[in-house]
Amino acid sequence: MKRIKSLLRGNIRQYAMVIALIVVVVIFEVLTKGVLLKPLNISNLIQQNAYVLILAIGMLLCILTIGNIDLSVGSVVGLVGALSAIFILKMDMPVWIAIILSLIAGFIIGAWQGVWIAYIGVPAFIVTLGGQLIFRGLTMVALQGTSLAPLPETYTFLAAGFVPDIAHIEGINLLTLIAGAVACILFVINEINKRRSKKKYDFDVPSIWAFLFKLLAISAVILAFSYALALYRGIPMVLLIVVALVLIYTFVTDKTIPGRHIYAYGGNPKAARLSGIKTKRVLFWVYVNMGVLAALAGIVFTGRLNSATPKGGYGFELDAIAACFIGGASTTGGIGTVVGAIVGGLLMGVLNNGMSIMGVSIDWQQAIKGFVLLIAVGFDVISKIRAKV
Amino acid sequence: MGQYILEMRNITKTFPGVKALDNVNLRVIPHHIHALIGENGAGKSTLMNILSAVYPHGTYEGDIVVDDEVCVFKSIKDSEAKGIAIIHQELALIPSLSIAENVFLGNEQTDKGLVINWEKTRIRTTEMLKKVGLDERTDTKIKDIGLGKQQLVEIVKALAKDVRLLILDEPTAALNDKDSDHLLDLLVDLKEHGITSIIISHKLNEITKVADEITILRDGATIETLVKGVDDISEERIIKSMVGREIVDRFPKRNHQIGDIFFEVKNWNAYDPLDDEKQILKDININIRKGEVVGIAGLMGAGRTELAMSLYGKAYGAKISGKILKNGDELVINDVSDAIAKGIAYATEDRKSAGLILIDDIKRNITLSSLGSLKKKWVIDDNLEIKVGEEYRKKLNIKSSSILQKTGDLSGGNQQKVVFSKCIFADPDILFLDEPTRGIDVGAKYEIYTIINELAEKGKSIVMISSELPEILGMCDRIYVMNKGMIVGEVMARDASQEKIMQYIMQSNKEVAK
Repeated sequence: MKRIKSLLRGNIRQYAMVIALIVVVVIFEVLTKGVLLKPLNISNLIQQNAYVLILAIGMLLCILTIGNIDLSVGSVVGLVGALSAIFILKMDMPVWIAIILSLIAGFIIGAWQGVWIAYIGVPAFIVTLGGQLIFRGLTMVALQGTSLAPLPETYTFLAAGFVPDIAHIEGINLLTLIAGAVACILFVINEINKRRSKKKYDFDVPSIWAFLFKLLAISAVILAFSYALALYRGIPMVLLIVVALVLIYTFVTDKTIPGRHIYAYGGNPKAARLSGIKTKRVLFWVYVNMGVLAALAGIVFTGRLNSATPKGGYGFELDAIAACFIGGASTTGGIGTVVGAIVGGLLMGVLNNGMSIMGVSIDWQQAIKGFVLLIAVGFDVISKIRAKV
Repeated sequence: MGQYILEMRNITKTFPGVKALDNVNLRVIPHHIHALIGENGAGKSTLMNILSAVYPHGTYEGDIVVDDEVCVFKSIKDSEAKGIAIIHQELALIPSLSIAENVFLGNEQTDKGLVINWEKTRIRTTEMLKKVGLDERTDTKIKDIGLGKQQLVEIVKALAKDVRLLILDEPTAALNDKDSDHLLDLLVDLKEHGITSIIISHKLNEITKVADEITILRDGATIETLVKGVDDISEERIIKSMVGREIVDRFPKRNHQIGDIFFEVKNWNAYDPLDDEKQILKDININIRKGEVVGIAGLMGAGRTELAMSLYGKAYGAKISGKILKNGDELVINDVSDAIAKGIAYATEDRKSAGLILIDDIKRNITLSSLGSLKKKWVIDDNLEIKVGEEYRKKLNIKSSSILQKTGDLSGGNQQKVVFSKCIFADPDILFLDEPTRGIDVGAKYEIYTIINELAEKGKSIVMISSELPEILGMCDRIYVMNKGMIVGEVMARDASQEKIMQYIMQSNKEVAK
C-alpha cells in the first residue's frame, strides 16, 4: 500500500493532466453531441493546434532553464511567415529554398536573443519583450501593412496536406491503419523493455495489472485515433512533424548530455557551473532552438492560413507558455517534460475547439482558458504542500 | 513560576513511514542555557519546529507545558505570545531593509492606526543594539553587515518581542571564532538578565563552555540530560552519548605515503570580479605533493575559498595571472570543464546552493561532472549510470532509500558524501575540499575523514580548507596559513599548534599595519 502511494505521489502530476485531458475530451464529446471526435474534426484539431505544440516544445526548454520564458515567439511566427511569403511571392524563389531560408532566419533571431540573454546577461523577460515589439514591427514593415496570399500548394502542403496513401481503398486509408498498428507495437515493446530494466535494478514498478491496464488503454487510444484518421483523409503532414519533434526532443532531454545539462542548469545554475557545465552556452542554444522552432511554427501557421498577415501569430507565446505550465513545468526551472507540454497544449486545443463547435464566443473562450491555467497550476501547488506535511 | 519555564512531555511525531520523535522529553530551567545536541537526523529540528508551531498542535502527540500550563500552539503567533522565539540557521532577515526595519518587522511601532512611528522605532532599536554590543547605525542595510552582526540583529529582533525563551539553531555555524565568542558571551549576559535560551549546536567546545544543561537526542529519542557541575560534560562523554558508542580517535589514522611535488601554483594573483581594482589574491606560491593532505588555515575572508575557486577553472576572480604546474608541466585552464578534464576537483563549502541539484536524485548528481564517460555514441547509458550510482552509494555509505532519492531530502553529511562522489567520479589527481565537514555531525565527520584518508593513500593530492583548527591539525600533513589574500606561513603539521597558526596571522596583520 505504501509503495502504491509513493508511486502515485511521484507521478500524480503527470497522470492528473492526462486524466484531465480525457475528462475534457469526454465532456466536450457529450456537449458537442459527438462532433468533437468525428474524423473530420480530429484532423482539424491537429492542424489547428500543431503550431502551438511546436512552440510549446521550444518553450519548455526555455522554461526548464530557471523558468525563463520567451515572449517573442508570436512575433517571430508572424515575421518568419511574412519572410517566407515574400521569398516565394515577391522574389520567386523555389518553395524549398524559401523554407530553408526561413528556418535560417529563425536561427539568426534565436542567436540574436541568445547573445543578449546568455552572454550579455539581460534578463530573458526583457530581451524577449523587446523581441516581441521588434519582430512585430519588422513584420508590419516587411508586409507594408497588407497580407500576402495565396501561397503555392507545395508550401501549404506542410500545414494542410495529408500523407499520400499507399493503396486506394474506398472510404479508408490503409497507410494510416498500418502506421497506427506499428506505433502500437513499438510502444508496447518499449514499455516492456523499460519495465524489465527497472526490475533488474530492483526499482519500484507498478503491479503487473496496473502495467497491463496502462498498455491496453494507451494502445486502444492509438488504434482508435489512427482508425478515426483513416476514415477521413489519412495522416496530416503536420502530425508527422509534431510526432517526429516529440520523439526527437523527448530523446534529447531524457537521454543525451545536452538534455541533462539543461535540467541541471534549471535545477541549480551555480552547482551546474561548478560541475563543469558551460552554462552560458546552454542558455544560448536553448534560445537558438526556440528561434528555429518558432520559424517552423511560422511556416506551418502561414501555410494553414494560406496567407501571411501583419497580425499573424499574435498572442501565440501565451498559449505556448500556458501549455508548458499546465503540463507540469515548474516556474522556477528544472522540472517539466516534453510530453507534459504536449498534453498541456492538447488540453488547451480541445478546449478551444470544443467551445468553438458549441458556439461559445471568443471572449468567453479566453476567460475559460485563463481559468483552466490557474486551476491546473493551483492544483499542483496545493498537492505539493500536502505532500510535505 | 514553576520549576521549569518549559517542559515538552512525551512528544511523538510521525511522518509518513518514519517516527521522527519517540517520546521525547525536554525540561528547561529558567535563567539557564540549555543545549540540545545530537547527530543530524536525531530530531532536534523537528522538536524545535513543534515548539515554534511550524508543526501545529494536533499533528503530534504529547504536551508542551509553559510555566506549568499546558499550551496549544496553533501558529507561530501563539508561541510568540508566550515569549518563545526561534532563530533559524537560515536567517530570516530582509537584506535590502535597514536594521531598524528588520528588527520591528511584523511588530511595527505605531502610535495608532497604520502609520509607523519611525522616531520610536529608531530609539528602541538603538537601545537594544547597545544591549547586545552591536555598534551599527539603525539605518544600515542588512546586506552591508557581516553574518556575525546579522545574527545579533536576529537576537535583537527577538528581544523586541519581549522574548523570555530564545531558541538558537546552529547560531555559530557560519561565524568565525571572534564573532562566535561574542555571541556566546551575549547569551551568558542575557541569561543574567532573565532570558533563558536553548542552543542547538554541533560545536561541542562551545556547548561545554556555556551550557548549564545538555540534552542529548539520538534517533528521535532523548538519551539523557547532563547537568553542569554534576555530570561529566567533557566532549568525549557527549560524543559517546550522541553516537551511542565510543569514538576512540576523532581523526582516523592514515598510512602516509608522500611522494614528489605534483602540483604547483606560482605567483598567482586575482582580483574581485565586481571591482577589478581590488586585489583578492596576492602573489600566491604553493605546492602539493602526491598523497599529501595540505591544509589551508585562516580566518573568514582570508581568501581561501577564492584561491581554490580561481584555481578551479577561474570559477572566481578577474584579471587572474600566474602559473599552474602539474608534474612540472604548465596547465592552461580556461574554464571549469577544462579544470575537470585536467584532473582538478573542487568540493564547495556551500553544498546546498552551489554543490548539488537538490531537486535531482543521487545518481544524476554524482554523474553530472563526467557525463562524457557514460556516453555511448550520443546517449547516456542508463544502466551504467545506475551502476555508478550504486557503487558510490555503497562505497561512501550514503544513507538513502535508493539512488533515486532526491538529494534535497538527505541530511547534511549524506549530501556532502554525494558532493564527494561527484568529485571522485570525475577521477581527479588533486582535490580541493572547502570546509568538508561544515554543519555535519560527529559520526558523519569521521566517515568524511576516512574518505579523505583513502584518497590520499591512493596517491591523490588533497587541499583541505577548514575554519576548524583542530580538524586541520588532525588531518593534514602540512599547513599553509592565509591572511588577507596572502600566504603568511607554512608549517609541518607535527610542528604546528593552534597558537602557532594564530601567531602567523597576527604577525602578518602587524606587518600590514606598518
